[in-house]
Amino acid sequence: MEKRVTFGSWTIGILFAVPQLLLIFTFFYWPAGQAVYWSLTLQQPWGGGNVWVGLDNFRSILSNADYWNSITASLVFAAISTGLAMFVALVLAALTDRQLAGSRFYRVVLIWPYGIAAPALALAFRFILAPEAGFLSVINRMWPGIWDPGLDGADAMASIIVAFSWKYVGYNFIFFLAAFQAIPRSLIEAAAMDGSGVVRRFWDIQFPLITPTIFFLLVINITESFQDSFGIVDIMTSGGPANATNLMVYKIYSDGFKGLDFSGAAAQSIILMVLIIVLTIFQFRFIERRVHYQ
Amino acid sequence: MTIIKRGFAALAAGALSAALAMPAVAEPVKFDFWFGLSGDLARVVDTLCKNFNASQTDYEVVCTSQGNYDATLQNTIAAFRAGKQPAVVQVYDVGTATMMLSGAYKPADKLMEENGYKIDYADYFPGIARYYATSKGEMLSFPFNSSTPLMYWNKDAFAKIGKTEAPKTWEDVAADLQALKDVGYECPMAINISANESWQLMEQFSALHNQPVATKNNGYDGLDARLEVNKTKFVQYVTDLKKWYDAGLIKIKSKDLGQDMVQAFASGTCQVILTSVGDHGTVGKTQKEGMNWDVAELPVYAGTERKNSLVGGASLWVLSGKSDAEYKGVAAFLNFIHDPKTALFWSTNTGYIPVTKSGFDYMKSTGFYDKAPYKGREVAIASLTASEPTEITRGVRLGNFTQIRAEFGTQMQAIFANKVSVQEGLDTLVKNGDAILDRFQQTYPGKTLP
Repeated sequence: MEKRVTFGSWTIGILFAVPQLLLIFTFFYWPAGQAVYWSLTLQQPWGGGNVWVGLDNFRSILSNADYWNSITASLVFAAISTGLAMFVALVLAALTDRQLAGSRFYRVVLIWPYGIAAPALALAFRFILAPEAGFLSVINRMWPGIWDPGLDGADAMASIIVAFSWKYVGYNFIFFLAAFQAIPRSLIEAAAMDGSGVVRRFWDIQFPLITPTIFFLLVINITESFQDSFGIVDIMTSGGPANATNLMVYKIYSDGFKGLDFSGAAAQSIILMVLIIVLTIFQFRFIERRVHYQ
Repeated sequence: MTIIKRGFAALAAGALSAALAMPAVAEPVKFDFWFGLSGDLARVVDTLCKNFNASQTDYEVVCTSQGNYDATLQNTIAAFRAGKQPAVVQVYDVGTATMMLSGAYKPADKLMEENGYKIDYADYFPGIARYYATSKGEMLSFPFNSSTPLMYWNKDAFAKIGKTEAPKTWEDVAADLQALKDVGYECPMAINISANESWQLMEQFSALHNQPVATKNNGYDGLDARLEVNKTKFVQYVTDLKKWYDAGLIKIKSKDLGQDMVQAFASGTCQVILTSVGDHGTVGKTQKEGMNWDVAELPVYAGTERKNSLVGGASLWVLSGKSDAEYKGVAAFLNFIHDPKTALFWSTNTGYIPVTKSGFDYMKSTGFYDKAPYKGREVAIASLTASEPTEITRGVRLGNFTQIRAEFGTQMQAIFANKVSVQEGLDTLVKNGDAILDRFQQTYPGKTLP
C-alpha cells in the first residue's frame, strides 16, 4: 500500500490558491475580457457611450492593406531578429564555453545588453546608425545615399532588427552558456580523444544536447519580438518610413493611444494575441518533436 | 454611504492633524491643472502657476506636466473615466474636435460669465479665436500657447546671391534655392516629412492659399466632412517640393537622421526652413556665432491673394464634475492668464505669441519687439492677421486628426522615396484619411459638432 498525504477538505486547497487566482483574474483575465468586449463595440474615448458593432472592427482591420503590411513587417522582424540574436549568441556562447583567453571577461560583458531598457538602447543605436552624423556616415561618404533609414524602408527595418537582436544576444547568451556548461565534460573529452575536432564535437555532441534550450529560446525570442519591439520602434523610426516598420504592437499603440481609436486597437490586440498563441502552439506541436530532452 | 465615507475621512484627517496645530480656517481651494509642455517650457508654466498662487490667497492651482500633448490627452481621458480628472487641462489644437464631442467639459465662456468675469472675446485675434470657437462662435476653451509657422532664412547666405530680402513667392524661393546651390551651399533648404510637418506643409499652405483641406468648411460644419487635398493647389506644392528635393535644392532633416531642421538651420548647414515661431528662441540661443538670420511669412505661389495663417498650439479646457468652489478658482486662474501682463511674461519666456490684441499692444508699448532676441516675432502676428479668416481659414476641425497627420507623414515618405507618384500618394492619403473620419463619425452616432 502506498501512503499519500491528502487534505480532507477542498476549502483549504482553494483558499491557498485564491490569492494567486485573484491576481491572475485582476491583472490578466479581466483586462483581456474587457479588450474582447471593446473590440466588439465602438468606444467613445471619454466614456460617453459605445455602440455594439459585432465583428465590424475585425472586418475593417482585416480588409485594410496597411494592417496586412503591418503583419508582414512583424513576421519579417520576428524571423530575422530571432535568427540573428540566436545565431550570434550561440556562436559567442560556444566560444566562451571553450574557455578561450578572456572568456571570463566576455561572460560578464555579454550579459549587459539585456539589462539596458529598450528605449535607451534605441537612442544609442539611433546615434550609431544616423546616416549623416553617426558611425555609419562613413559608408555614406564613400557611396552617397546608400544608407538612408529615413526614406528607405529596408534600411529602417535593418536598424530596428540590429537594435533588437543586440539586446537579445545578451539574453540568449546566458541560456546557451548555461546549457553548454551543463554538458558533462567527460563526453567532450572522450570525443576529443577519439580524434574529433571542434566543429565535429559541436554538431554531434553539444548541439543535440542543447536542443531543449534552443527550443525554449526560440519560443521566447519570437514572442518577445512581437511585444518588446515597441520601445525600439518608437524611438528609432516611429513606424516609418511609409509604414515600413509599423509593427503590430506599435500600430496598436499609435491607433489606440495617439489616435484614440480604442476599439480598433482592442481588436488588433486580440488578433496579435491569437497570432502569438497560434505560433506558440505550432512551435510546440511541430518543432518540439525534434527536441531531445535528456 | 457618502456620509460614512466622509466620516471616515474626517476621522482620518482628525487623527493626522491631532498632533499638529488645527489648520487655518481659510485654506485655499486647490485645483489641478495638467499641461503637455516639458523642459524649459514646463518651468515657465510652473512659474506662471506660482505667480498666480502668489497673486491671491483664495485659490491654489497645482500644475503638473504630463510630458507631451498626446500623453496629456491620454492621461486626462484615463483620469476622467476613473472620475479623477483635473479641473483644467491643456489640449492641443487638433484635439479640439474630440474635446467638443466628449461631453466632458464645462464651456469656458459660461464659466467666466457665471463667476462674474467679463472677457472681451473680440479682443482675441480672430484667427486664434475662430480656431477654437464653435461654428457659432462660442468659446468652449481658452486659447493658451499659440504659434504660427514662419520661414527662417539665413541672411549671410542670401547676401552671397545678392539678396537682402526673403523671397515672397514659391517661384522666387525656387530661383533662390538654385542660386544658393550654385554658389556651393549643400543644403539650400531643409524640410522634414513626418506627421508633425502636416502642420506647415499641408494645413498652413492650404490656409494661406485659401484652399480647403476637407469638405464642409474643413469639418466645421459637420462630422461628415471628408478630405480633398488630392485636388487642390496642394498637389502642385507637393509636386514642386519633390522636384526640388530631386534637384538637391531641399534636404530632409529629422531627428531620426541625426539632425533636425532647426538644428540644421541654427548650425548654418541649411539656409531656409519652415517652422513655428516657437522655435525663434531656440534658434537664437543655439545659432552659430555671428550668423545673421531673420524670419519672414511663409511664401505663397505668385498671383495668390494671401490669407491668414492658422494658429498652432493648445487651448485650456475646463472639465466637468468639479465643485463650484473649484470652478471659482479656475475662473480666477483663466482670468489671470488672460491678463496682458501675463501675456508679456509668457511670450518673453517662451517663443509663443500673445493671443489678444490688448496683449500684443501692451507688449509693443513695452518695446518688446524692438529688442534683439525678440525682434522678428511680430511677423507671426502679421501672418496670423493677414486677412479676416474665411470659412476655410478658420482652422481644421476633423476627428482623430492625429491619425490623419500620421497618414500624411506615411504618404509623403512614400512619395519622396519614389514608391508612389505624387497624385497616387495624395489619393491614398485621402482614402485612408476618409476611413479614419468615417470611423470617427460612427463612434459618435447622432452627435453633431457644436
